[in-house]
Amino acid sequence: MLTIHLSIVVFLPLAAALLAALLPARVGRWLVVGAMAGVLGYAIAMIADYEAGTAGLKYVTDDNWISELGVRYQLGVDGLNLFLIALTALLWVPSTLWGAARISERPKLFLFHMALAETAVLGAFCAQDLALFVVFFDLMLVPFYFLVGQWGGGDRVRATTKLLIYTLVGSLLMLAGAIALGVLSAGGGDISFSFAVLEQRTLGEGTQQWIFCLFAAAFLVKAPLFPFHGWVVDTYRATPTPVLVVLSAVVSKVGVYGFLRIVLPILPDASAYFQDLMLVLAVFSILYGSVLAFSQEEPRLVVAYSSIAQLGFIVLGIFSLTDLGSQGALMQMVNHGLVVAPLFFIIAALSARAAGPATLEQMGGMALRAPVLAALFLVVTFATLAMPGSPNFVGEILILFGAFDDKFVYGAVGILGVVLAAVYMLRIFQRSMHNRAGPGVKPAELGSLELAAILPVAAVVVALGVYPQLVLDRTERATTTKVAPALTAAGASDSEISEAK
Amino acid sequence: MIELAQVVQAPKIDYQGLAPLFSTIGGSLAVLMIGLFRGRFVQRTLVPAVAALALLVAMGMTIANWEAGDSRPIIEGALAIDTLALFMSMLFYVTGLATVALSLRSDVQREVGAGEYMALLLGAISGMVVLAGAENMVTLFVGFELLSIPLYVLSAGYVRRAHSLEAGLKYLVVGSVGSATLLYGLALLYGATGSTDFRAMAIAIGDTVAVTDPLLLTGVALAATGLAFKASVAPFHQWTPDVYEGAPTPITSFMAVATKVAAFAVTLRLFDYALSDAQVQWGPALAALATVTIVIGNAGAIAQSSLKRMLAWSGVAQAGYLLAGVVVGTQLGLQATAFYLAAYLFMNVAAFAVVIACERVSEHGDGIESLRDLGRASPLLAWPMTIAMLALAGFPATAGFIGKFYLIEAVVAGDYAWLGIVIVVGSMISLVYYLRVIAVMWMGRFEVELPSFPPRRVKAVAGRSPEADARAQPEVASVAILAAAATIFFGIVPSPLFDLVSDVGTSFGGLV
Repeated sequence: MLTIHLSIVVFLPLAAALLAALLPARVGRWLVVGAMAGVLGYAIAMIADYEAGTAGLKYVTDDNWISELGVRYQLGVDGLNLFLIALTALLWVPSTLWGAARISERPKLFLFHMALAETAVLGAFCAQDLALFVVFFDLMLVPFYFLVGQWGGGDRVRATTKLLIYTLVGSLLMLAGAIALGVLSAGGGDISFSFAVLEQRTLGEGTQQWIFCLFAAAFLVKAPLFPFHGWVVDTYRATPTPVLVVLSAVVSKVGVYGFLRIVLPILPDASAYFQDLMLVLAVFSILYGSVLAFSQEEPRLVVAYSSIAQLGFIVLGIFSLTDLGSQGALMQMVNHGLVVAPLFFIIAALSARAAGPATLEQMGGMALRAPVLAALFLVVTFATLAMPGSPNFVGEILILFGAFDDKFVYGAVGILGVVLAAVYMLRIFQRSMHNRAGPGVKPAELGSLELAAILPVAAVVVALGVYPQLVLDRTERATTTKVAPALTAAGASDSEISEAK
Repeated sequence: MIELAQVVQAPKIDYQGLAPLFSTIGGSLAVLMIGLFRGRFVQRTLVPAVAALALLVAMGMTIANWEAGDSRPIIEGALAIDTLALFMSMLFYVTGLATVALSLRSDVQREVGAGEYMALLLGAISGMVVLAGAENMVTLFVGFELLSIPLYVLSAGYVRRAHSLEAGLKYLVVGSVGSATLLYGLALLYGATGSTDFRAMAIAIGDTVAVTDPLLLTGVALAATGLAFKASVAPFHQWTPDVYEGAPTPITSFMAVATKVAAFAVTLRLFDYALSDAQVQWGPALAALATVTIVIGNAGAIAQSSLKRMLAWSGVAQAGYLLAGVVVGTQLGLQATAFYLAAYLFMNVAAFAVVIACERVSEHGDGIESLRDLGRASPLLAWPMTIAMLALAGFPATAGFIGKFYLIEAVVAGDYAWLGIVIVVGSMISLVYYLRVIAVMWMGRFEVELPSFPPRRVKAVAGRSPEADARAQPEVASVAILAAAATIFFGIVPSPLFDLVSDVGTSFGGLV
């Protein structure tokens, strides 16, 4: 058993960036990337050290932060966040590398915001105290606001303002919900926001329900799910590639992670009460995202809408309120992050080679001239459409098993999503790789930077496809315990209904 | 004669407790005298230095007087010190010091005369200290007027500008109406409770006076209205944007911070101490006022293109958040309000300092355009402004976040959970205008090559200050940076401030 100080893991990027601000840009750049690689090293060590079937938290840090408010500085790792931390650590390295190499305008500031973003995301994943989670969750928005607004393209100020307002409206509602949860569950006693304490305390059903709505607002916007996705199109268009990679691959997972970490175990009755509503939203997102993904001309938007569909899948898994479903959801969070990241890098590479604006119209005919690019793209495409042998296949099948278990209709509609995914992913692949090359297309093989960004992540996708047990074994205990209270609550209300009949 | 001396006992006076007040009043007189001497050194260095010294001495003595627990009379029956009064006094002194620094190069000092300017400033601070320590309604009113009158004069500081004169006059008229209303309310409260003393009032209410007594409630309503004028709580806020815009910016910043702190200090004492037993009666009414204030303040700020007006409206909204802490009438609410006041000080001083620095060099004056591309031109000013805006909007890792967290926790615990949602909704609306400031500073077009900003040296233009160079105004930049640093520091390590605030919570013995 290793001793790992999670505070170091969380704050290493930020510390490096602050130090780098004092150094010349050339040196500082490597310092920041190095620190992020260090975090990745820590993450790998954690996975290696984490024995399958471990229950409870490891590497716990627990200190008083604001004792007057009952807020503790509590960090910990269990099966639920282990792989999400690893995903964060993995994807931030190529993104930052890409940004460091390609962004010449105010590079130090860019690196600072990237590092702050990584710290905030890691903090949100590691936090074991609700207030601390909220702090990191909201803090996350600040660097992204600047990253999109300063280095974005097109109508970036509008896009970033929209992104921030949408997500912060959700977050602020969650802030109110979190405080209400802490205060009301204490019932006049000592206020605590610790997840472990909150899971033990009980709340009336009515209170649970309105607090649930506040949390759901934050998490559904962040994910995003239909109909909370108003910010998506502008943001995906305007965001610079390295930022979009982490935004889409990692940040969107914080929202759905919140459901598993906070909502199901702490508000079980409300979760059971709103189960059908959430499933309907999930299924709508799957259909809506898939259909729109099929009709987009901009590859970025294809991925944007496919993400909405994928997150619909994840929520479907979580709110099936079954062990299998939530385990599949967690697996799928990791998978989606792993495939979306290379997809965006590939799209950036394609756009650089396209004749004019980055639309499918302007691409094509790349496969023969750039076989490595095509091969990597194919791997990622197959993974996205959940081809058997890919980790996504495992994730989606678990989610569907979970859904079919009790909620057959939703599962049946969900299957449609799998079919549609094949359609839109193959479409984008064919149009960009196989069609006749457009007039101005400059087919060229991947450069070293592009290769360095894409290849390792694609390799992880293949590896997980071969050995998904790496994730499943380590997450099973955690997801089962988190779902159990809601599962019981749902079972109780079901039996009430059958008795009434 | 001898008999008379035995009957009329001179009040017991605690000179040590009174020392900070002596220091500010004495300083005020001293700078007035020193200011009579002409000469660059006296006017520009000596007078501000003496004023700053007076404030520092007052601060030191306040720290020496700090003692948690019950209140200790300094002039029996009139003035007392408890931790609430001391804490608020510290906030006044800090704001005063910042104002002295921000006024150093302001041309308003030359127009009014440095001595008079500083004397009025110190006079207003003395009034605030009296107000914060008032033990009865008479002292309260004396302090109230002592703080108001110098500010009427100061906001008309640019004696040759119609704008500034208008601000002064408007403030005078509205302020007088507010004072009159307050006085009327206090008179009715005296009529209802039969005492001007806060402690006696607190004992009488609910005991000999019913909480539904119409005389009492009318008095409460009128007193609340009078204080609402001063704290710019809606719907008594209309003067705020105009006066803030017209007044010299250092004075605007002083009014925005110190006056609001003073108004809330006395509101806390009057409502959460003297009238605390009638909380069931005034609680819902103040909650409604808070809601209206939050909505109107935030909505009003959206349309503003002048930074001073925008900050004025934002100040109205912040007053609404603060009022929410008063509403619940609990110890937690008192502490949360005190904490937020401190956070409010740092956030606003940082923002106003940057506005002052930019308005002196920009042709746009205090328009939002004066900040365009500040992030490139002068990061040392852009960062404090960014931090101030994020903090005012309530982003984590700033004192503004902790303050809002504390306030929401207090209102939820005080059975006003819906008010917590109102605070949150207000913060959402506020994003629109706070973020616009940040976007202007950082997200301008890159294509345009800017001239290096600020220009090394700007010639005196008609009506502009000659030292129009941000690098030549290090004191303004350092105020901004220090205040922003404090905002971040107390956002990450709030415990020192919490320790002070929990001492403040012990001020009113009866609170739950």
